[in-house]
Amino acid sequence: MTTISNPAPPTTTNSSTLALAGVSRWYGNVVAVNDVSMSLGPGVTGLLGPNGAGKTTLLHMMAGFLAPSRGAVTLDGQPTWRSPAVYRRLGLVSEREAVHSFLTAYEFVLATAKLHKLPDPQAAARRAVDLVELADAQDRRIGTYSKGMRQRARVAAALVHDPQVLLLDEPFNGMDPRQRLHMMELLHSLGDAGRTILFSSHILEEVEQVSGTVQVMVAGRLAASGDYRTIRRLMTNRPHVFAIRSTDDRSLAVALMAEPSVTGVELGRTGLTVRAGDYGAFTRMLPKVALARGVRVHQLLPEDESLESVFSYLVEA
Amino acid sequence: MSTVSWITARGLFGRRRFLLLLPLPVLLVALAVLSRALGVPPTDWGPPVLVGLGLAVVLPVVALIVGTGVLGAEIDDGTVVHVLTTPLPRWQIVLPKLAVAAGVTAATVVVPLFAAGLLADSVRLGLALAGAAAAGALAYSALFLAASLLTRRPVLLGLVYVLIWEGLLGNVITGTRVLSIQHYVIAVADRLAPTNLLETTVSVPLAVTMTVLVSVGFTLLAVDRLRSFSVAGETS
Repeated sequence: MTTISNPAPPTTTNSSTLALAGVSRWYGNVVAVNDVSMSLGPGVTGLLGPNGAGKTTLLHMMAGFLAPSRGAVTLDGQPTWRSPAVYRRLGLVSEREAVHSFLTAYEFVLATAKLHKLPDPQAAARRAVDLVELADAQDRRIGTYSKGMRQRARVAAALVHDPQVLLLDEPFNGMDPRQRLHMMELLHSLGDAGRTILFSSHILEEVEQVSGTVQVMVAGRLAASGDYRTIRRLMTNRPHVFAIRSTDDRSLAVALMAEPSVTGVELGRTGLTVRAGDYGAFTRMLPKVALARGVRVHQLLPEDESLESVFSYLVEA
Repeated sequence: MSTVSWITARGLFGRRRFLLLLPLPVLLVALAVLSRALGVPPTDWGPPVLVGLGLAVVLPVVALIVGTGVLGAEIDDGTVVHVLTTPLPRWQIVLPKLAVAAGVTAATVVVPLFAAGLLADSVRLGLALAGAAAAGALAYSALFLAASLLTRRPVLLGLVYVLIWEGLLGNVITGTRVLSIQHYVIAVADRLAPTNLLETTVSVPLAVTMTVLVSVGFTLLAVDRLRSFSVAGETS
């Protein structure tokens, strides 16, 4: 059995802020990104959206590889477009898998370290290769690597200069479950160490496991921003769904139906499914009602606070 | 050797299309040797082989393959992003790539042109052709390197320039030679080793000035375009 070691990112705490102010990008008559404003600080943030939502365009503008048609993208106040100096603090792992296949992973990462003019490029390259657990294969040509290994080589190159901000476009593509888990741990630890990490994904489980904070893009617009559970609670136009198990489900259902915050109750074999219009009022009221009825609540689970539910509500809206 | 040059050279020699460089110089030398061996007078075979093949085809085509390969191939496959996500000033990326392109092109064409010039006339003509071709290699490389950043089809653009502008219009409308690197090379070589095998209507001062202008101008243009390099606008 293979054990997964905890990656050990550097421990510096200087943080950077990536800010977008009224950013739009259009191609002819097609608006890919529409008036997006956000500020990304330390921690891990997931950039979420269906295909064609403008995630990659947004990431390219953040990384200085695309000029905004309107608005400004800045890293610590410095525009990212036409400013190579920002790459001292910014790393990018693009979606495209392109890597110099004729180099070994170590050569590739070392070359990147030299391009960054790091004081000790060899040590930096070894550290980055270790960080992505590629040391065993570092002397093989990248052309012989699996998709996931190539991805890790690219992540190592993006991390070699220890950037304050790391942007990753679909970083888990092609990774096996173990590599995926390791990458998630790596992103977590980088975020905990004060790095600003933004990764895009259209796979909700990935985002849910790595980050509670999301930026949701829908049709080029920023549909929601922040902790997805908080976002869900702000959606007051959609009833919150709770699963409840108690000592007397039927009695509790009758009592709940009399409450104004409850919009519907369904009695099932395994318990109650309750729809509440007001999250706060319902959660405050439930213990009182249960106590008054002499019912003991064994389980209270919010059923639609998953990222999947939040996402589907946002996309449908 | 800088890291950019090292990666560029590794990438260039690692691609199969680099093998396309070999047949043309070999053909140039083979035709010169054959003509000499068969006793054909140099006035008969010199112009078509030295100019028609050497300067009009071998030099620009080799420069086109190499010049578009050092950056255009990296843009095509996306690997250029790795070099661009570094704080290097963009001229520190363009100049090493230009040096590799011009160096490889010159190394590939100088020896066969020297050999052909030697067989046609003299060591002096061989050296003149080699020297002028080296300068031409720099100008062509700057042009094709910049073309990689101006269009997604730099090879097509380069072929249009070499075949249509220089090859066709240059022979029909002599005025177009003012914007023909091939004729700058001919003018400079003819000045270094005056011979009736090389003929052009372009003056030497114009040729030298234009060679410098083309080399510097397109290099500056490439640096500027690389500063504004945009990745393809996928919106997935």
